[in-house]
Amino acid sequence: MIEFDHVSFRYSPDGPMVLTDVNMSIAEGEFVLVVGSTGCGKSTLLGSINGLVPHFTGGYLSGEIRIAGRATSRYRPRDLADIVGMVPQDPLASFVTDTVEEELAYTMECLGIAPDVMRRRVEETLDLLGLEDLRDRPLRTLSGGQRQRVAIGAVMTAHPTVLVLDEPTSALDPGAAEEVLAALHRLVHDLGVTVVLAEHRLERVVQYADRVVALAGPNTPPMIGDPSTILAGATIAPPVVHLARTVGWDPMPITIRDARRRAEPLRQLLTGITPPVRVVPESSTIASMRDLVIRYPEVMALKGVDLSIRRGEIVALMGRNGAGKSSLLHALVGAAEPAAGNVSIDGHDPRSLSGPDLVHHIGLVPQEPGDLLEANTVFEECTASDRDAGAPAGTTRAIVALLAPEILDTTHPRDLSEGQRLLLALAIVLAARPPLICLDEPTRGLDYHTKQRLTEIVTDLANAGHAIVLATHDVELTAELATRVVILADGEIVADGSTVDITTSSPMFAPQVAKVLAPARWLTVDQVRTALGTHAREDSA
Amino acid sequence: MAVVTPSRSRSRTQSRLKSRERTRKQTQQDDRWLHPVAWWAWAAGLAVAASTTTNPLLLIGLMVSAGVVVEMRKPVAPWARSFNFFVKLAILVVTIRVLAQVLIGAPGGTTTVVPMPGATLPDWLAGVRLGGDVMLEPLLGAFYDGLRLAAILVVVGAASSLASPARLLKSVPAAIYEIGVSVVVAATFLPQLVSDVARVRANRRLRGRSDSGLRGYGAAAMPVLHGAMDRSITLAAAMDSRGYGRAGHRSTAERNLSAGVLLAGLLFATIGAYGLLGTGAATWWGPTFIAFGVGFIILNMILAGRRSIRTRYRPNVWHASDVSTALIGAIVAGLFVAASNVSPSVMTPTVSPPTWPSLSLLSVVGLVIAMIPAFITPTPPKGAS
Repeated sequence: MIEFDHVSFRYSPDGPMVLTDVNMSIAEGEFVLVVGSTGCGKSTLLGSINGLVPHFTGGYLSGEIRIAGRATSRYRPRDLADIVGMVPQDPLASFVTDTVEEELAYTMECLGIAPDVMRRRVEETLDLLGLEDLRDRPLRTLSGGQRQRVAIGAVMTAHPTVLVLDEPTSALDPGAAEEVLAALHRLVHDLGVTVVLAEHRLERVVQYADRVVALAGPNTPPMIGDPSTILAGATIAPPVVHLARTVGWDPMPITIRDARRRAEPLRQLLTGITPPVRVVPESSTIASMRDLVIRYPEVMALKGVDLSIRRGEIVALMGRNGAGKSSLLHALVGAAEPAAGNVSIDGHDPRSLSGPDLVHHIGLVPQEPGDLLEANTVFEECTASDRDAGAPAGTTRAIVALLAPEILDTTHPRDLSEGQRLLLALAIVLAARPPLICLDEPTRGLDYHTKQRLTEIVTDLANAGHAIVLATHDVELTAELATRVVILADGEIVADGSTVDITTSSPMFAPQVAKVLAPARWLTVDQVRTALGTHAREDSA
Repeated sequence: MAVVTPSRSRSRTQSRLKSRERTRKQTQQDDRWLHPVAWWAWAAGLAVAASTTTNPLLLIGLMVSAGVVVEMRKPVAPWARSFNFFVKLAILVVTIRVLAQVLIGAPGGTTTVVPMPGATLPDWLAGVRLGGDVMLEPLLGAFYDGLRLAAILVVVGAASSLASPARLLKSVPAAIYEIGVSVVVAATFLPQLVSDVARVRANRRLRGRSDSGLRGYGAAAMPVLHGAMDRSITLAAAMDSRGYGRAGHRSTAERNLSAGVLLAGLLFATIGAYGLLGTGAATWWGPTFIAFGVGFIILNMILAGRRSIRTRYRPNVWHASDVSTALIGAIVAGLFVAASNVSPSVMTPTVSPPTWPSLSLLSVVGLVIAMIPAFITPTPPKGAS
């Protein structure tokens, strides 16, 4: 169905190879997962399947790609629209029309499909993806999971034989991700669609994959093979694989089910050992909100929230898209006006603080870190940041060097990778040394390496007495990092407690290690590693 | 999510499809979008009618007719609120026209309404008169004049709040469909841009800046433009991968023919326009050439449209009420034109001496007919489109 014949690609004639000698053949009905760290060419590989690379992006491609016999060198993306359905990373930015039904029909209109056939297919697709109640809804009003399903439906109506998806679940909460993946699973099994999918959240998708393509970075050919073989050697792997490596299981289990079957001896071994957890020492309250109500013209975003945060705590805010996580962060920085109740940061009302005062009390890295950046080079950005924070010259640059040493002074902030942009924004926030730091969806689009680094940085900050609030969908990050979890639903706090209590009490929020080792309350591979290490020493002693 | 086998899911889909078709047929009489072109045709008729008269009673009558129809058939959608905007604009137009007459209008008339001091600027400033006694006759003239423009604005506003812009796009000829898409995409980008500016400005506070006002907007421009650029590129790539701009095969001969026809059309239209406006006297050949030019341009659109392979999903259909609405526009225009031939003194009441405006049978019938769409058209469906 898809054939890559010694394909190499670079954006400029003397630049590094983004794709190096990709040689593979994907059969009909196969589910292929593309993995790799940020900026290693995942999107480039996906784009090359329907000819967006190089027809739309420009660049130099050698070798040949054939989709159902059509070479992408001679067919433009629009001429492949009937075979390849491309679902881009951000569905909302790529919707052309404004209601669900119109969007589902758009591709068919372009392909010139007869009106009565279009009518039937739209109805079928509405049923297939469970969208029938949304048909007249404006696209802007849909939730993240609904948008993603509409985006999939919008290309499926043209009956493509290949479906290409770029990180379909990274921006979604665990529930919505399940929804999207269940829909995909159904397409693969009922209709035999060939699926090529790139994703950072391996733990969500790896169990569906028949084959994995691991991109290794510039100038290195990718590794292609079945999931357990590839992941056994890869640095990028879901927690269950790391657990298997720690314990030394072979062959490598990929899914929770496989791992659980193998884990009986490990569970025995760990009985009686209490998982080590980071304990937050007694400390003073840095932020509190009482009966907080935030009302937007259309919705009540927060309906009476009581919350107080202590120094040294790392609080993870979880909940569905639209549950009020971002509103809560906005209230903390005083960007949203409370309709009732009050917020206090360090004894101040954040709304009464002007910009220069605010940054010394609270810092927020927004969901789109680029919104915070506006200079033309990293160096200018750092200089401006020192000035804003009233810090000695060079402060921000020193923090950047600590967080992300590979960032160069002369780079334009927009040319940085997603992860580097986040760390630069974080460095700017840290320059003013605020006691409370908020991060909105910090791991969206981050690979495991950058996530690991972020985890270390945030833990260090908390140990130094900063309080951290994270709004996130990432249960693995929560398990690694948070000392406390607050779950929001529909503008109200529905659960608030220690990470262990909350994450092990619901399968939706449980990390993989907890699922494998339940009912014992282990959350991370590190905990298991530490426990096994001490245990082994005790044995030999 | 339950997994069903393909055959079961298909039969379920079909039965559901049938039941949906049934309900749709049953409710068709009361719940349907009127053809957007029908609304614009109706409004164009009313606008022509308004341009034939300065009689304030008739103009106000036309505005009331349009208002009644909007009140009865306005859908629940963001763009439907544009009528209020047009009404405010109309009031502003009348006010400005009257104020301009009072302040710098040409002198004239014999009846003083408000005595006021005035001055005439020296000759080197074109001898413009400032202020002066406010006279009834020119004031009335200005008021009628402003009212006529206001009526046209209100009628246009009525159409724009009754006809969905997205549905109007469906009726755009295939040859200029691409332009239509650009306009619609641009229209959806604007509100996005506004919310971007707000977001970036809020984030500037997080960087510890307090500068608001103009400087704040200036600094926000860069990130906002970057964002808009990124979004455009994303959208363009998405449209390309979904088959936008896919064209059927067209031979060189066909391309040349359609280009030749377009050239001929433009040539005829240019000569016609010269004949109509340039010679100072009415000529028979001016309008004829224009008609030929327009004919050729339409022919070119048909030829160019043939190459497009696009199909339309649920296109707008002309039902009896749609056709009647469009016809009503033409009838109202016809009645007003006829009335201005039969009784010109009614349609353009004299202002010096001022007379109380009167009504004629033809024009009153026109006003009543203009209101009919409020009752014969289907109500728009609930929920947005």
